[in-house]
Amino acid sequence: MFDQRGPRVVVTGLGVVAANAHGVPAFLEALRAGRSGIAFQQHLADANFACQVGGIPADIARIAEGYLPAADLMAMNANMMYAAVAAMDAWRDGGLSVPDCGDDEVDWGTGAIIGTGIGGMDTIAEKLVPKTDAGKVSRLGSTMVEQIMASGASARVAGILALGNQVSTNSSACNTGAEAIISAFTRLKNGLAQRMLAGGSEGHSKYIWAGFDAMKVLSRGHNHEPERASRPMSASASGFVPAAGGGVLLLETLHSARERGARIYAEVLGGALNCGGHRMGGSMTAPNPVAVVRCIRQAVSEAGISPSRIGAINGHLTATFADPLEIANWATALELSPAKMPIIHATKSLIGHALGAAGAIESIASVLELYHGFIHTSLNCEDLHPALEPYASRIARERIDGADVEVLAKASFGFGDVNGCLIFRRSEP
Amino acid sequence: MTPDELFEQVIAILKPYTKAPEALAVAKMETSILADLKVNSARLVDVVLEIEDRFDIAIKDEEADGVRTIGDAVSLILAHVPA
Repeated sequence: MFDQRGPRVVVTGLGVVAANAHGVPAFLEALRAGRSGIAFQQHLADANFACQVGGIPADIARIAEGYLPAADLMAMNANMMYAAVAAMDAWRDGGLSVPDCGDDEVDWGTGAIIGTGIGGMDTIAEKLVPKTDAGKVSRLGSTMVEQIMASGASARVAGILALGNQVSTNSSACNTGAEAIISAFTRLKNGLAQRMLAGGSEGHSKYIWAGFDAMKVLSRGHNHEPERASRPMSASASGFVPAAGGGVLLLETLHSARERGARIYAEVLGGALNCGGHRMGGSMTAPNPVAVVRCIRQAVSEAGISPSRIGAINGHLTATFADPLEIANWATALELSPAKMPIIHATKSLIGHALGAAGAIESIASVLELYHGFIHTSLNCEDLHPALEPYASRIARERIDGADVEVLAKASFGFGDVNGCLIFRRSEP
Repeated sequence: MTPDELFEQVIAILKPYTKAPEALAVAKMETSILADLKVNSARLVDVVLEIEDRFDIAIKDEEADGVRTIGDAVSLILAHVPA
């Protein structure tokens, strides 16, 4: 499907605000240490949530003060701050300077696709609805629309960085982050942009999480031991841990990267997106396994590699009952026996499920693992699910150093029966 | 309140909204809020709301429309605040 003659696409910058760290150096260290960012959340207990733990990055409002002037911050909610901080970090990490707001140049060759699953829920719930219902629309002030519109985060980033190419917020539930990266990759491959910021963000409002708690898909029974609450692939997994944050990757054509001497973290070899149509076992909340297998196979085929070259899988693996089925789908897609499967691990075991930001933050983890030559611990699966016993030797229950992984597959399988799979390759020195 | 005291208060209210802090530092009554202080015109709504809250007054839209300079804002507040 992709024009194999199109430009090669590489990752030249990373920006991350995750529950266990802000910024690449701290995030890398947290991954190496296998550090959990999950904590007890008093406000969830006060609101009678069944799940009273979550992955909330520390103090984004204070962090954002170091990035942007008050005039911008007063029109930004948490979701937008996560996106903006991550985007500016990725930009600078890529060796680029943030333009002055008085500078009149537009960067026509650079765009942004920064998605979200829910969006400006805090603004809606805490400001818009109460004031409107009280008959006080005139007291809302001028900043509501840009904080509520789904595209608020990407639009704000565009203004900070003077972006002149496509600027959009995509949304596909848990697949949002991966979809953003694949969409940006596709745009670059088609020669429509030179650089794209790609990723996702999600706020930490309890109103975002309430619906998941009501569906009983959130982790229960670990409110007293938060760091043990996110248990992908374990026999005692009881649901996912809700989380927030932002992850943005700077993608660029190889030509553009080389021309400016940029550091190259990894190459994006390929990606695939599809949906299971809520058939063949799929539904709004469960994946169609046939579609999952098709998606993985298509990504591998686009990447032009054989499945046996994949050294590691960074799974969707949310710690719901779908985890064993996901591993089975990977094995079917790659046509590999358990003993021959790539190393399997789940970044959600450390940071929870950051919804619209998940696929992006987990892709950043994957790129850092490729670049620095390790696979982080997949926490909390010492009691491996019985169905996964055949894969026990392939699951990274401790950090693996010197794994010599050249190619990594990252996938998300989201609510709505939507799937995305990315193939990253370690950059050549 | 004296005009000078009100001037200082208006400056304080405008501070987070100005994209020209150096102009704010030397501002006078004649300083234009949009042109000189480079306040985003979309944010004038918020400036008016804050003036209303701070002085416990109600400003009509037509009155707000007439405010161009810091001096205009000071005059508007004086017109509403009981002597």
